[in-house]
Amino acid sequence: MLSVLLRKYLRPYGALLAAVIVFQLAQSIASLFLPALNAAIIDRGIATGDTVYILQVGGEMLAITVVQIACAITAVYYGARVAMAFGRDLRGAVFAQVGTFSEREVSQFGAPSLITRTTNDVQQVQMLVLMTSTMLISAPILAIGGVVMALQQDLELSWIMAVAIPVLLISVSLIIVRVVPLFRSMQVRIDTVNRVVREQLAGMRVVRAFVREDYEVARFADANAGVTALALQTGRLFALMFPIVFLVLNASSVAVLWFGAYRIEGGLMQIGALTAFLTYLIQILMAVLMATFVAVLLPRAAVSADRIGEVLGTQSSVALPANPVMTVSERGRIELRDVGFEYPGAEHPVLHGVNLLAQPGTMTAIIGSTGAGKTTLITLLPRLVDATSGSVLVDGVNVRDLDADLLWSRIGLVPQKPFLFSGTVASNLRFGKPDATDDELWAALEIAQAADFVRAMPGGLESPISQGGTTVSGGQRQRLAIARALVKRPEIYIFDDSFSALDTATDARLRQALRREISDATLIIVAQRVATVQDADQILVLEDGRIVDRGTHDELLTSSPTYAEIVSSQLRVEASA
Amino acid sequence: MSTAPARPIGPPEGTRRGPGGPMGGMGLPAEKAMTFGPSARRLVGRLRPERSLVVIVIALGVVSVLLSVVGPALLGMATNIIVDGVFGNTDAAGPAGSGGGIDFAALQLLLGIVLLVYVFSSVFQWLQAYVLNGVTQRTVYRLREESQAKLNRLPLTYFDKVQRGEVLSRMTNDIDNISQSLQQTLSQLLTSLLTVIGVVIMMFVISPILALVSLVTIPLTLAITTVIAKRSQKLFVAQWAHTGELNAQIEETFTGHALVKVFGRQREVEQRFLDKNEQLYRASFGAQFVSGIIMPAITFVGNLVYVAIAVIGGLLVTTGAITIGGVQAFIQYSRQFTQPLSQLGSMANLLQSGVASAERVFELMDAPEQSPDAVAAATPKTTTGRLVFDTVSFRYDPATPLIDELSLTAQPGQTIAIVGPTGAGKTTLVNLMMRFYELDGGRITLDAVDISTMTRRDLRSRIGMVLQDTWLFAGTIRENIAYGRLDATEQEILDAAKATFVDRFVHSLPHGYDTVLEDDGANISAGEKQLLTIARAFLARPSVLILDEATSSVDTRTEVLVQHAMAALRRDRTSFVIAHRLSTIRDADLILVMEAGRIVEQGTHLELLAANGAYTRLYEAQFAAPSDAGAELNAGVEPAATQSASR
Repeated sequence: MLSVLLRKYLRPYGALLAAVIVFQLAQSIASLFLPALNAAIIDRGIATGDTVYILQVGGEMLAITVVQIACAITAVYYGARVAMAFGRDLRGAVFAQVGTFSEREVSQFGAPSLITRTTNDVQQVQMLVLMTSTMLISAPILAIGGVVMALQQDLELSWIMAVAIPVLLISVSLIIVRVVPLFRSMQVRIDTVNRVVREQLAGMRVVRAFVREDYEVARFADANAGVTALALQTGRLFALMFPIVFLVLNASSVAVLWFGAYRIEGGLMQIGALTAFLTYLIQILMAVLMATFVAVLLPRAAVSADRIGEVLGTQSSVALPANPVMTVSERGRIELRDVGFEYPGAEHPVLHGVNLLAQPGTMTAIIGSTGAGKTTLITLLPRLVDATSGSVLVDGVNVRDLDADLLWSRIGLVPQKPFLFSGTVASNLRFGKPDATDDELWAALEIAQAADFVRAMPGGLESPISQGGTTVSGGQRQRLAIARALVKRPEIYIFDDSFSALDTATDARLRQALRREISDATLIIVAQRVATVQDADQILVLEDGRIVDRGTHDELLTSSPTYAEIVSSQLRVEASA
Repeated sequence: MSTAPARPIGPPEGTRRGPGGPMGGMGLPAEKAMTFGPSARRLVGRLRPERSLVVIVIALGVVSVLLSVVGPALLGMATNIIVDGVFGNTDAAGPAGSGGGIDFAALQLLLGIVLLVYVFSSVFQWLQAYVLNGVTQRTVYRLREESQAKLNRLPLTYFDKVQRGEVLSRMTNDIDNISQSLQQTLSQLLTSLLTVIGVVIMMFVISPILALVSLVTIPLTLAITTVIAKRSQKLFVAQWAHTGELNAQIEETFTGHALVKVFGRQREVEQRFLDKNEQLYRASFGAQFVSGIIMPAITFVGNLVYVAIAVIGGLLVTTGAITIGGVQAFIQYSRQFTQPLSQLGSMANLLQSGVASAERVFELMDAPEQSPDAVAAATPKTTTGRLVFDTVSFRYDPATPLIDELSLTAQPGQTIAIVGPTGAGKTTLVNLMMRFYELDGGRITLDAVDISTMTRRDLRSRIGMVLQDTWLFAGTIRENIAYGRLDATEQEILDAAKATFVDRFVHSLPHGYDTVLEDDGANISAGEKQLLTIARAFLARPSVLILDEATSSVDTRTEVLVQHAMAALRRDRTSFVIAHRLSTIRDADLILVMEAGRIVEQGTHLELLAANGAYTRLYEAQFAAPSDAGAELNAGVEPAATQSASR
């Protein structure tokens, strides 16, 4: 996966990479010149007392030094640019891919893991690219050059390299093979740390109310210890790496001296050649050593690349149509034909054989017990998930064929959890229609019965809203979420248990206002309260994923035992409590 | 003649143990950008609990540096033996003039010793890395541990202001970054410093004058490093700040995924992401580049000195002031001297980046905490649950008073219904009882003890609460219920589950009580989640109970039974109910009618109706709602802080 990612996301920077290689090369060559010139100063200048020569060569050395620093800095410039641009592009790709996901894929990965993958995992791969392009790119050049030169010096002794290099490679790969699975768990455990902290941040009030700080500390300690244990293990393996590499390198030098001595004794080799061989050996092994630095980064980067690849390679279960229908002639008609939904491997389908027809200007209510499948039913409409059987039609077109933007522009959703984004009241209301005027916002707030409290807030429309909307009460949050959907002025409204936090009077006023203001829209309301649903044009009673009864309030009171039971139970609640 | 000894294959130039990458440099200890020094010192200070091990690490480092200096010297002697064998010179290294033949016995002995030295050097190096690894990881563990503990001590107002993903990024990305920098730079830092010291000593031994000349590089290197690092440190700080912001945006987008889609905001969200991503790119590129200049710059200084010595030395030789050998030795040592310097330089980016992250973590750790619990904390002698508000004032925003001189008394065992419009301060009242926020005036007493003199732990363990937000963590259903009381027995958990009808739906789940709740309980319905939080409070058995009466997400058939269970739970306990159910209000011992942070009326249902005041108006507005059968069924006064039926 790593190589795939590298190939794909480094391609646009091929020219820059080439520049990095050229400048690194120039830089290395320049630095090799200095000792040669120094030798010249000593051998010719000093020995003969030629002051002019000394100054002349000194000037050359100075020039080379300047060239070297220029090349080095340029290489660093392009290297940093390539690596950081690579990271930026990869992050963007992961983020965009998650954007295509349906709810199913998001919950399959889990938001905390997706967050880690977009930031931390990309960071790991980026680091590898940075290291490679800023310092390791010259390693193969040095190694190959070294081998060629060494072979010229003495062919016989090169068997030492033939032993040393494989030994190095094998011992390094042995360590890496053991480290890779550790790093795989490592990233998973970072996910866990992320998840636990995120939960604690979200549930801060509950944690404190139940005096569970210690428990949370312990829960975090588990996650923390998990990461630390792995970091210790990988660290220990890596601790072996460099001592082994150095030992092999140093032992090779000893071997060269020992066997070289025999060859010299036998007159097969010159002392100068021995020293040169030693120098080149060191150069080659240095290059191998540089490669092992990459080796240290490689396992974690490879694991991270796999995790990124998983995200990039996951197709949304909600596939966008190849030839989307771009226009529709109707306005807000919804039809469900024999719709079923089940999770793979689940025993019972969540929805089964659901038929539904909702016309513009009507209100359809869905009522049913906890877990009956109400929320799943309505998430089929905006294609947050796709039905596993049957078809969902909006304005006569199967939602699978409809252009996604067109579909979404027709639907206003008020989810069960009225999540608000951090920003201001206005920025939240404009979420569905960025160019809405203040008047439009106020109109929506009036319908949502939220104008009074927004007016009373110190900043009015510009009052700050914290993430998730924790600074406003549940009822306020729900009404802001309703107003947010209203600002969008869609043709279809979906209210998923959106009135639960409202008192009945506000609930009634709100529904009256809705009927008055958006009389031509299609309303789908999921509710628990009979009061909320009773004046709907049709009420569907959902039980265990099936529609067991349908009709108006009055019809159902007589025809549906389930509905009658719900009504009487709500009366009983009142009477008993 | 003496052949140049094989170059020491010690720590290679550039980097040594370094995943993470060298380029750029940090000079010596040095001043960095404005905050580098203090943050770096503080980070090093975090090693204190491991100081005995740090001493061992340093000792091991000294030994391994010593051995890596001895090794090349011995190799040089071995070379001399070979040279002697060939040229027949007599030399101290070899036995007397064996001209024409190499003394293989001596060579073998010497090479054996060299090999041994290298083996020991590697072993010490390994030991050092091993111990240091433990030191680093435990230090990072403590850093994470303390940051998390800190979260528990921060006032809730802190979390109202920050984005979750931003805090999250500090605890994961930043600490992870610190961990990597520490692991990759500490041993290198140590070895390089030791080598510099070692070489300086050696240079002084050989020639104090030459040593002094060579030392000129130090202030020069420091000056360059300081100038460059000051600029790059700012960029590193920006890099990690942008990472935090980006993380916050990613976290929020992924959390509100469905909304982003249905509201057609994908493109805008992506654009916002791209902008932030671009900012991050600019900062991190700038940081890496600027900090990457340090290493070439140090090398440049080294080369300048090298050139200068070659030229000046050469000129001096021609005047006879110094020998050729002297110049050569001098050059070699000055090379040896600049090498560890540039090694240090090569770690600059890692080091700076780590310190920038450390700064962000320290910032979190330094955030003002909630007032500490009283040292000699008071504790009520009785547990009757008598709660008194005495002229309590409070405001979130200093400019707008929210609760003003509010007084009320809850007698033991009473059920008190709090009613009033949204924003009247009902939830705030609850927050104050729990001491989530501190009072601006007046006091609250529980069983005659001022709650601000109690420990929060003591106070909160006496008060049970069903909050408006259902909150569950990724764990089994059993664990989530047991959260109410950690020492509860299995039977007690089952009893609580049965009493709150959790038991019914749990049986339909594939793994029963061992069903693991996914991220935020996505695999059970909102109503089921609510039941779980009720079961949790039920298990806690507190003496004072606070209920947000909003159970509308629980299906109505179950609700009947829950109402019974709640009534039983309230019995013999002082209960505050943020009420919206007419029956609860009617049956309450005391109704508090709140408006704009004040209790405008209090009394029983009948008393208040008779008074024909605020309550009557509220009652008529809410319960005489337009032709609504539901008003009869399910009436209630605005349930300000209701369950948000969280998904």
